[in-house]
Amino acid sequence: MNTILTKKSVADSTSLFVVEAPQIARKAQAGQFVILRVVQEGERFPLTIADFDREAGTITLVSLSIGASTMVLETLNEGDRILDVAGPLGNPTRVEKVGVVACVGGGVGIAAVHPVARAFRDAGNCVISIIGAKSKSKLFWEDKMAQASTELIVTSDDGSAGRQGFVTQRLQELIDAGRKIGLVFAAGPAIMMKMVAKTTLPSGIKTIVSLNPVMIDGTGMCGGCRVVVGGQQKFTCVDGPDFDAHEVDFDLLLTRLTAYRNEEEVTRCRCKGTREL
Amino acid sequence: MAKSISARHDMPRQEPGVRRHNFQEVALGYDQETAVAEANRCLECKNSPCVRGCPVEIDIPAFIREIKKGNFAESIKIVREKNSLPAVCGRVCPQEDQCEKVCTLGKKAQPVAIGRLERFVADYERERRPVAGMPQHATSGKKVAVVGSGPAGLTVAGDLAKLGYRVTIFEALHKPGGVLVYGIPEFRLPKAIVQEEVDYIQKLGAELRTSVIIGRTITVDELMADGFEAVFIGSGAGLPKFKGIPGEQLNGVLSANEFLTRSNLMKAYDFPTHHTPIRVGKRVAVVGAVDSARTALRLGADDVAIVYRRSRDEMPARAEEVENAEEEGVRLDLLTDPIRLIGENGWVKAMECLRMELGEPDASGRRQPVPIKGSEFITPIDTVIMAIATSANPLIRQTTPSLECNKRGYIVAGEETGKTSKDGVWAGGDIVTGSATVILAMGAGMKAALDIDRYLRSK
Repeated sequence: MNTILTKKSVADSTSLFVVEAPQIARKAQAGQFVILRVVQEGERFPLTIADFDREAGTITLVSLSIGASTMVLETLNEGDRILDVAGPLGNPTRVEKVGVVACVGGGVGIAAVHPVARAFRDAGNCVISIIGAKSKSKLFWEDKMAQASTELIVTSDDGSAGRQGFVTQRLQELIDAGRKIGLVFAAGPAIMMKMVAKTTLPSGIKTIVSLNPVMIDGTGMCGGCRVVVGGQQKFTCVDGPDFDAHEVDFDLLLTRLTAYRNEEEVTRCRCKGTREL
Repeated sequence: MAKSISARHDMPRQEPGVRRHNFQEVALGYDQETAVAEANRCLECKNSPCVRGCPVEIDIPAFIREIKKGNFAESIKIVREKNSLPAVCGRVCPQEDQCEKVCTLGKKAQPVAIGRLERFVADYERERRPVAGMPQHATSGKKVAVVGSGPAGLTVAGDLAKLGYRVTIFEALHKPGGVLVYGIPEFRLPKAIVQEEVDYIQKLGAELRTSVIIGRTITVDELMADGFEAVFIGSGAGLPKFKGIPGEQLNGVLSANEFLTRSNLMKAYDFPTHHTPIRVGKRVAVVGAVDSARTALRLGADDVAIVYRRSRDEMPARAEEVENAEEEGVRLDLLTDPIRLIGENGWVKAMECLRMELGEPDASGRRQPVPIKGSEFITPIDTVIMAIATSANPLIRQTTPSLECNKRGYIVAGEETGKTSKDGVWAGGDIVTGSATVILAMGAGMKAALDIDRYLRSK
């Protein structure tokens, strides 16, 4: 179990892993995540389930090599086993028929948006997906997102893919054009989700975000993933990961995400370019 | 006798100045001579109140008698009749509230060091009969699922495996042991000992599956549909509570569960070899607990204070650990309650507290702390660890609708049987009682195992 069946580079520093995990694949639903531990000394860290195949018994994870844990994952190849994969965790995304749904994926958040877009589309919604990244080299799954959505808008900060601009600009254009968006779902860097919330606030469009705080156990026992939503403390791993974006204290989330910046730099440097730390 | 019968033999310990810098076990254990000498203090009184003082009623006079005779192997056998985790309990039971509290010798002199003797014979057995060398048993009876590999689950699994049932233990984390592995620090309970206890239960025939979250990966109903004829839920009360005071969301403020999970389970004290980080500043305040305070000290804090709103007598911590903490240099800030955390640039930098005095007893029987008006004061603090309480993990409750829970989220279960409102499902330990001790969880496990056996034999 937990064997990597397929490993593929999909973008700059971004790899796709198809992992043998029949029990998780059987139960996985859009919006849920797994907690991984790659090696004995490794951290426990979350990755959203980007896709799953119940019959084949596999889940698909997309990982951006940005810190020690994802860098160690990147050193694994087809045939290698991930030490521990636990899930599916978190509450599944609530999928309803609202009419038009806009799904916004930024950077590696595209992977998180993929199963949600598909689920909303399968529920009979018109799904407009907006995906964006810094540049073409960081974008991935245009084809998969096109398949999962009714309409696809591609954007990049530098204009090397799709239109030049941010995902929020594309979203604003849809709103300005009078598209009757009933719900927005967004996943990506915290700052991006904060901006999406800001974009939809004036028109009051219901906006759900999939939060990404630091997690340690992921099952509700440590409170490390706590966020403040509507003035109340919530645990992302058992109360989320989806929350009403207009209620989320993003500034607090952004601050808490920096708590271990120094330590993360230490482990990142130790593992740059080497297989062992 | 060379030593007066009134003085009990000290537990050899690492020197405080040395041990505050390492994570090795503090208590070193009696040697044979000391164990026999301490055992000889036991009066073998007619009444044996110690047995009733023990939550699992170990035949204490009998096991101590064997130590007097030098029959250590026989002694541990007697302990194991009632206690499936003796090496653990000998180390972590608050004996001063249990067997030793009612010891007859304790009326006139210091009570017999029953806990230290239990640890001695448990360790004697461990050293001479390593689990690795034991034969592997296979079982072929009815299938039983145990949810959680903490003290309650391990006890149920061991007892039922011994009776021949095919037991599978499902553990959500990647390592078994529950609070034994994530909550209690290495310097009190070496994780190698916990692993041996788990290995022993597996040798008895129980199967262990880690990283399986019952309630998510598989639900209780799915377990039963999968052929498990009985399910025991020992999922614990791990959800941490916070005080709800201003500033609690600042960086540098964390729950004791998070702090200890990083340190104990993820071995963050060994950063960066182990990748999980842990941050401890120079001035640490631990609200309501001892283990986190001693851990913070070992991680390099200059000043560590345990802030507790009641007095020393009300502290639920094990007496020996409070002693150890003070020897190591941890300060006790008693009758003090934090009301506000003050931050700068998103990090905590000071704590405002109120002084308290003790008033009338509350529902738990302990005297209520009452704030002293106008006693507010502020101290510079750069790390705050909240260890005030925990509550029930909601995952099983949320995914098992027919399971009756009380309004605080704990599972309702019969006190003598562990039976729940759902047919074929038992529960015990913290998920029923709320946060309590290892031995109480074990006791609940023993009762549930007996009832499960009764139930399965009658089917």
